[in-house]
Amino acid sequence: MSSRLATGGRRIDRSKRLSFSFNGTKLTGFEGDTLASALLANGQDLVGRSFKYHRPRGIVAAGAEEPNALVALGQGDRMEPNQRATITELFDGLSARSQNHWPSLQFDIGAINARLSRFLPAGFYYKTFMQPRAAWKHLFEPVIRKSAGLGPAPTQGDPDRYEYFYAHTDVLVAGGGIAGLAAARAAAEAGARVLLVEQDSRFGGRSATDGVVIDGTDAEAWVAEQVAALSAMPNVDLRLRTMAAGVYDHGYVTLYERAGDRDPGAAPVRHRLWRVRAGRTVTATGAIERPISFAGNDRPGVMLASAVRDYIDLYAVSPGDRTVVVTATDDGYRTALAVRDAGLDVPAVLDTRPDPKGPLVDAVRARGIRVEAGRGIAKVRGTRRVTGVDICAQAGEGAVIEHVPCECVAMAGGWSPVVHLWSHCGGKLLWDETAHHFRPDPDRPPTGADGQGFAVTAGTASGPMDTGAALADAVEAGHRAAKALGHDKGAPRIPQADGTADGPPAAVWMMPHGAGPELRGKAFLDFQNDVKVSDVQLAAQEGYQSVEHTKRYTTLGMATDQGKLSNINGLAILSDSLGAPIPEVGTTTFRPPYTPISLGAVAGEARGSLFKPVRRTPIHDWHADAGAVWEPVGDWRRPYCYPKDEESHRDAVNREITATRSGVGLLDASTLGKIIVSGPDAAAFLDLTYTNMMSSLKVGRCRYGLMCTENGFLFDDGVVVRLSEDSFLCHTTSGGSDRVHAWMEEWLQTEWWDLKVWTSNVTEQFGQIAIVGPKARSVLERLGGMDLSAEALPFMAMAEGTLGGIGVRIFRISFSGELSYEIAVPAGRARALWDMLLAEGAADGITPYGTEALHVMRAEKGYIMIGDETDGTVIPQDLNLGWAVSKKKSDFIGKRAMERSALTDPDRKQLVGLETEDPALVLPDGAHAVSGQTNRFGQQETLGHVTSTYWSPTLNRSIAMALVSGGSRRMGETLDFSLEDGRIAKARVVDPVFLDKDGERQNV
Amino acid sequence: MLILRCPYCGVDAEETDLAPGGEAHLTRHGPGSDDAEFRDYLFQRRNPRGVHFERWRHAFGCGKWFHAARCTQTLEVFGTYSAQCSEPPEEIMTAIRTRRPDWEMPA
Repeated sequence: MSSRLATGGRRIDRSKRLSFSFNGTKLTGFEGDTLASALLANGQDLVGRSFKYHRPRGIVAAGAEEPNALVALGQGDRMEPNQRATITELFDGLSARSQNHWPSLQFDIGAINARLSRFLPAGFYYKTFMQPRAAWKHLFEPVIRKSAGLGPAPTQGDPDRYEYFYAHTDVLVAGGGIAGLAAARAAAEAGARVLLVEQDSRFGGRSATDGVVIDGTDAEAWVAEQVAALSAMPNVDLRLRTMAAGVYDHGYVTLYERAGDRDPGAAPVRHRLWRVRAGRTVTATGAIERPISFAGNDRPGVMLASAVRDYIDLYAVSPGDRTVVVTATDDGYRTALAVRDAGLDVPAVLDTRPDPKGPLVDAVRARGIRVEAGRGIAKVRGTRRVTGVDICAQAGEGAVIEHVPCECVAMAGGWSPVVHLWSHCGGKLLWDETAHHFRPDPDRPPTGADGQGFAVTAGTASGPMDTGAALADAVEAGHRAAKALGHDKGAPRIPQADGTADGPPAAVWMMPHGAGPELRGKAFLDFQNDVKVSDVQLAAQEGYQSVEHTKRYTTLGMATDQGKLSNINGLAILSDSLGAPIPEVGTTTFRPPYTPISLGAVAGEARGSLFKPVRRTPIHDWHADAGAVWEPVGDWRRPYCYPKDEESHRDAVNREITATRSGVGLLDASTLGKIIVSGPDAAAFLDLTYTNMMSSLKVGRCRYGLMCTENGFLFDDGVVVRLSEDSFLCHTTSGGSDRVHAWMEEWLQTEWWDLKVWTSNVTEQFGQIAIVGPKARSVLERLGGMDLSAEALPFMAMAEGTLGGIGVRIFRISFSGELSYEIAVPAGRARALWDMLLAEGAADGITPYGTEALHVMRAEKGYIMIGDETDGTVIPQDLNLGWAVSKKKSDFIGKRAMERSALTDPDRKQLVGLETEDPALVLPDGAHAVSGQTNRFGQQETLGHVTSTYWSPTLNRSIAMALVSGGSRRMGETLDFSLEDGRIAKARVVDPVFLDKDGERQNV
Repeated sequence: MLILRCPYCGVDAEETDLAPGGEAHLTRHGPGSDDAEFRDYLFQRRNPRGVHFERWRHAFGCGKWFHAARCTQTLEVFGTYSAQCSEPPEEIMTAIRTRRPDWEMPA
């Protein structure tokens, strides 16, 4: 069992005791502990259950690479699943729960899966749950989701605040170990602006624990000196608890700062997402130790050798009284020494190499520690934790030579540089035949806009694992990064490290080398996703050759740790199974972020009302006060209707329509798009952008126009007004003004740049109010100021003047079929005009109406609505709007497209009106007309669909419009429409103009 | 997150300030073109691994369209230039040939 040692602990402050809870049990730790070290100090070495087999799992690592120790952290609305205990700093009151077990961590029903593991091989889900199809959705998936998985999703909103932070720097150094500090200092002394970030809460990385001595001083003192020197430089910023998460195009880097994790609820900002533009990025990200694949290597108590050192040295945590070191490297011997220095026992160092030698080996032997050469572990004994190991010859098949009891196994499989940041944006890797790892290829870096590499690796992240070479590499990297940006003050001094380089590691991908199926089936590669050596071998056997396919088939490296421990071992097993060299098999793609970052950080401030801006008309407040029901239209909020007291929405809509058609109604039409197109060639330009002729429009007159894409499909419509010989006002749909304006500019700037035309989107500069109904003229005339008689301002004419003292432009246009005036007014006066109209019209019962009344009234008249009658595949001719498509013009956008056979097909869907046999039945929107035949898939053949459907209070019946195949030839036919419950509704095809076909209501 | 310099306002603009517009230097085929020409104009796009000419708009800046010559593989930018030309200007071609001596302008 693990425990706290009486003395030591570089990071902990024993005078500050912290209390925390794990699965409801109160425990204590010290300031400076991580949750992982505090759990181990309390003897809690079982921390979770594995994903698939529910095997007991303990802490393996001491850093970001930890695959097992995932906990649900916090409570209530601050509960967050899948947090790595190894990088969670302990604070007073921390509350953590283990995951993926039922009913308890100690006794987990799901562990039965481990017994069934031979029936749950790679690709099990794909092979097993195929038939019947429906069972996947209703039976298999829910059960699998419940039994395989990580922590529970939070059920409440996140109360914390997150923010973005933008920064520009010359040199960004990712990693604050000795390499990062040395690189930062070299770059800063050359004169570059430097930002150095470190994911941990301390600078210095592993150097102190590993006993590094630089320039004659111990690493801790050297690091403190560097940090002090850098902090004093005005061109340097240092940030702890800040991880370089991703590297992207042209030197864009995201950083993830955990600003408030130790202070839940009190910190002003929890996480900060930095968006950095760096001239050069130095990746001083260090290296991660590889585990070794032997049977039972996932048992609690089996740890990375470096992690064993970390827990002893940093936190004074004993991983167990007796630690067996199993190593392929000299580095493993450092752990043996650290364990012995702590007064604990090392029963044996099992070195896979036949002839280990060198200063570290000698030092261990000199301490009287037993070193077994050419040996490995056949099998780990123990279920909930390690009780011992069976020793075997590494070269053999696993015959047990001896059983050695122990509580901890330290695995030293060699070190792999952390190449993630280098690789994110295309940096390439080399396979190092000596060190058995992939390292960055300095000749193939990720490139920036100038074609030069923008990333530089430093220290062990470059490949060299001994301190002296790593430091030299780091200084050179920092200097090179600054120099590339024009900062150079000569070659910097390289700090000197004591000691000699370690000897070469052995390549140990399977232990023992000849392990049979029994052992391979218990040798784990990916601890978090429960992928074993046998799974990768099975995938290769089943024909998977690509590493990317194998990854997805076996789920190797797909867990939240993204294969930080499993990657190289898995590749090596695959390469061995395929008989192809490792560099040929290659790696999977490294993608950001380096470790999971919170969704809160990604969202930043873009939450709630800041998620998306809302556009409000100048009359918005009046609508709100009047109790409007809102409808989103594009980014706008428009009143849907204005219910009175207990009135239903439908009753309100009907009341508004009846009041308008019988008296006078008022509509806030300010959202309508308004684009001024002016210049000597404005008329010629509009002839190209509208399907109909606009150059023939007379000054002061209005014309309804259609816009099509170059593909021939209708995408916007609106009334065009000629303000002067060379100036037009183009109305667009409410949602379309920005799109139409951008589209006009695109054509003007990129195709017809010879045209002298200027466009200006004035949508928000003007309010627009429609006053509609038989009494509209009388209300306006009482306001006074303009002659609004039929003679002075006929239908489709425009007049400018003052109305009740307010400067206005009045268009006599109608979207309802009634006598109607749309009054444009500077936005600042819109509310005043609205109030004036309401007051003046009160005697006539003037009634504000919303978008639904507008929709019903336009449908009663058979007017189309973009987005209802159009869906991006509809041409004007489909909507009986062929009259608005000019045959005289030689060219307009979409003209060539309309000549294609598919667009002239007489069987295209065409717009028709529908009257249901039952006048009370309002067809569902989108209902399909069915022919009664079936198609080749056995589905009902459809003839068309309903595009608009309403109850018409004016006609006291339901009305609908539909796009129906060959519709114009079907007048009088009765069609069947299928309803959701399977019933059929019958409706007669009629002219889509339901009301006042001759337009007499508006011609007054 | 590319950075492209808008040739109109001179700003080095982040990709989030820009709107992409696809392949540059297309020839519009309107009325009178045959079906194959029109199809190619409307739908056929080059998607090279390497040197490419693209349209971009400084959407959240000056609003102007411009062209960019860049390498889709290495993200190297050879230059940006006015959208109001039907082929890349000579200095852009020189910049590309300097960096990619073997490259040839596709037909």
